[in-house]
Amino acid sequence: MKNRSLVSIDDLSTGEVIKILDLAAEFERDPVSRLLEGKVVATLFFEPSTRTRLSFESAINRLGGKIVGFTDAGVTSVSKGETLHDTIKMVSSYSDLIVMRHPIEGSARYASEISSVPVINAGDGANQHPTQTMLDLYSIRKTQGTLDNLNIFMVGDLKYGRTVHSLMMAMSRWNTTFNFISPEELKMPEEFKLYLENLGLRYYEHLDFTDIIAKADIIYMTRVQKERFSDPIEYEKVKNVYVLKNAMLANTKANMRILHPLPRVNEIHTDVDSNPKAYYFEQALNGVYTRQAILCSLLGIK
Amino acid sequence: MEEPKQLSVSAIENGTVIDHIPAKNLFKVISILGLDHIDSQITFGTNLESKKLGKKAIIKISGKFFEDTDINRIALVAPDAKLNIIKDYEVVEKKVVEVPDEIVGIAKCMNPKCITNYEKVTTRFRVVSKKSVALKCHYCEKITNQENLHII
Repeated sequence: MKNRSLVSIDDLSTGEVIKILDLAAEFERDPVSRLLEGKVVATLFFEPSTRTRLSFESAINRLGGKIVGFTDAGVTSVSKGETLHDTIKMVSSYSDLIVMRHPIEGSARYASEISSVPVINAGDGANQHPTQTMLDLYSIRKTQGTLDNLNIFMVGDLKYGRTVHSLMMAMSRWNTTFNFISPEELKMPEEFKLYLENLGLRYYEHLDFTDIIAKADIIYMTRVQKERFSDPIEYEKVKNVYVLKNAMLANTKANMRILHPLPRVNEIHTDVDSNPKAYYFEQALNGVYTRQAILCSLLGIK
Repeated sequence: MEEPKQLSVSAIENGTVIDHIPAKNLFKVISILGLDHIDSQITFGTNLESKKLGKKAIIKISGKFFEDTDINRIALVAPDAKLNIIKDYEVVEKKVVEVPDEIVGIAKCMNPKCITNYEKVTTRFRVVSKKSVALKCHYCEKITNQENLHII
């Protein structure tokens, strides 16, 4: 993987995905090392994303690397009208690797074609966010011991949710059964269902939580946002349907874990937090190990 | 009996005749093939009667022969186009166009949030469906379908 960029999860073969997950497990056992000593990583956040940025910066710091960059495009030459092309040309001569978050879709692919150093996409608009998917895969494998033959429940906004699309595509590499729980207006788009059908994978759609969640190995929660509804009345009708409460977890499997990309608003009731099946905060921590593994792989260090 | 008067675009000795171009896309075909920048003699007719297309256009280019990869670039705007290769006033070969697997620099991505609509980036698409054309943007990964297809 040396000197390659990571723009989309599809850029990685299944073998490479596993290799990164194995390396992340090494970092979990021993998180501090000086593997990035002497390296400079540029973190270019053209739009704010506190969680992703802190996670990357924590990963870089634990590896002994140095960081240059910005957290707000307003303070850079971008505000003077500089093109992304020129910014990337310049920054790639200052650094050994670029981590970039940008609101425009496709900006990461474009940057990877201009840059002389590897680019990690930390989110390009509604398009891709591969390091999130990798940490989701890591969390699933760690809690389930495998990525194969799992029953994954995805809940909430399945229409616009970038993380669920990306995770669904990634999990379709294994024999996964999917259950999609969402309001009518926010159902999983046809193209993704067609993709699963072509692979011969099973999926089921539901409008609400039922006893069916007793079958879940993973429940992946997302936020149902008011702005997504054309009719506010529709939102009022469904806003409490997709909220997970502790009482609903009584009959779920012992190995079942609840994931959420965070930030959470109210879709997981706080009474779930103390349930050992709640895994979303550990999931966020796994992001640091996974990003350590990705950084080292693309720099050819490990 | 007098022969009916007929206005015809004169025959060419050597070159290529591109027929069955939808009349509305004639100038797009000219632009995609760069016919506005070559020295060859070119004649074209447009709004000609066609049973299949309603109104069609035809282009005759003297002394010019195209590679298949070049000619396939017009498939998006003239999917039914037929080419006659002329040598010594005779049709020596007939060709049809085929939608290529990749489209570079012809179509516009329909996603207003795509980088190609913000910066000077040459568009690039993978053709995911040929029958009813669907293009997947190399950059933003969104699909542009036939209905929303705009030629740059």
